[in-house]
Amino acid sequence: MFRWKKRALPGLGLTLGTTGVYLALIVLLPVAALLMKAASLSPSEFFAIISSPRALASFRVTLSAAFYATIFNGVFGLLLAWIIVRYEFPGRRLLDALVDLPFALPTAVAGIALTALFSRNGMIGQYLEPLGIKIAYAPAGIALAMAFTSLPFIVRSVQPVLEDIDIATEEAGRSLGASDLVIFLRVIFPAILPAFLAGCTLGFARSLGEFGAVIFIAGNLPLQTEITALLIFIRLEEFDYQAAAAYATVLLIMAFALMFVTNLIQMWQLRYTKKADA
Amino acid sequence: MSVVNNRVGSSPRVKWTLIALGSAIGAVLLGLPLVIIFTMALREGLALYAAKIIEPETLHAIWLTVLTAIVVVPINTLFGICVAWAVTRHSFRGQSLLVALVEIPYSVSPIVAGVAYLFLYGMQGLWGPWLQDHNISIMFSIPAIFLVSLFVTSPFVARELIATMQAQGVEDEEASISLGATGLQTFIRVTLPNIRWGLLYGVILCNARVMGEFGAVSVVSGSIRGETNTLPLQIELLFNDYNTTGAFAAASILTLLALITLGLKLWLERKSPLRGPH
Repeated sequence: MFRWKKRALPGLGLTLGTTGVYLALIVLLPVAALLMKAASLSPSEFFAIISSPRALASFRVTLSAAFYATIFNGVFGLLLAWIIVRYEFPGRRLLDALVDLPFALPTAVAGIALTALFSRNGMIGQYLEPLGIKIAYAPAGIALAMAFTSLPFIVRSVQPVLEDIDIATEEAGRSLGASDLVIFLRVIFPAILPAFLAGCTLGFARSLGEFGAVIFIAGNLPLQTEITALLIFIRLEEFDYQAAAAYATVLLIMAFALMFVTNLIQMWQLRYTKKADA
Repeated sequence: MSVVNNRVGSSPRVKWTLIALGSAIGAVLLGLPLVIIFTMALREGLALYAAKIIEPETLHAIWLTVLTAIVVVPINTLFGICVAWAVTRHSFRGQSLLVALVEIPYSVSPIVAGVAYLFLYGMQGLWGPWLQDHNISIMFSIPAIFLVSLFVTSPFVARELIATMQAQGVEDEEASISLGATGLQTFIRVTLPNIRWGLLYGVILCNARVMGEFGAVSVVSGSIRGETNTLPLQIELLFNDYNTTGAFAAASILTLLALITLGLKLWLERKSPLRGPH
């Protein structure tokens, strides 16, 4: 057989050089400028700023809403992935396509649409309000907006793994007399767990930073329904740049930590699938 | 997809309960927002809808949004090609670190991105005073909108192309180089035809995000009416002015863009079996 003589492909210097310069100018330099601004504060000043009651309340509001949004998406996203992969029903393709809507729809549009739906006179809110369920201008609204924007992460992480599950493993469980629920919990769920956790982490990270979808529906009352991203914005408008830098640094550190966790989970997932293939 | 009766969750009662539950929540969370946007936009009739859209401020916002995409998308497309070529056609130390750096903007909150740029180019920032001395203003003007949009959308094309080009393999290019083609000829004649659908996919996602970006742009644009307002910012302004019909009319344009994006995405996924969901 004739074989191509292997030769190195050209262009490494040019493409790597361009990548490096662009990345430095557009991504790394601004991030460094933010960190330098925050570093110009002494540690005691920094901690005083981020432990002010309003800041702590904003962290609590943001983290708890992101937590509930992730729980909701963990359950509902898994359900969506399950019915799309496992069943044939009218509207399946449409539902599959709609899952990507939150990625394609601008967050400000999502924000005003959800507000119009869930406010007191809204299409859905008018039925919830008499039941004492308040969503718009309440913490539940923040969680709802975050759940909307981060839903695709969980569905799209779980979907391919669910598709790959071998029917033989299910049948093995079945032949041992296990019920559907037991097979799901003991066989299927462990198989999708790494992908599921990776999707949840990505969704949680997205929720922590979400701004556009949240501010319309949140109500934005200090100490109650004010997210950290909005507090940064308010501090900028008040020309309190030190506080804005400190809060932004906190969000940035959380984002980096979650990115690190996602990478760990994905490495685990890779090992997991390799072991399954062997 | 063949439905084998023995699979987990295949009993009709379980199956249809899950489908009903998933479809219902999907319809409320993903379907109704689309319905409400067009209902609200058209609630005062088609004539008023048209009048709201051709208001000078809204028209200017549309133009600025399109202009931003015209500037930003090609630059980030070139960047994505450089990253993907360097990462998938060569191997070098620090490769996975580079990919991690490229993905930073995915996990950084748009508000944090805006703040970072403010601390680089703003008066309180690293280069602000120097720029001021030389009469160059970047913040609160159109260049700032371009810059933060570059930051936020820089990973989109890169990520798609890395996946596509990794799946493609290097044999075609190596053959072309062995036959005496230059690097550029190889890229245009061999690589580009192979990756065109993946490239288009990345470009479409990048474009949708550029046109819809809200948080980062709202920090750096200054939101000057009829000057530095992009369409998402104009939606916020109209909504806060209680011009609800105007806000939803403007939102309906971005919603159409999102629907076109989803349609193209489906079409491309069918064209190229390599392209799966994220």
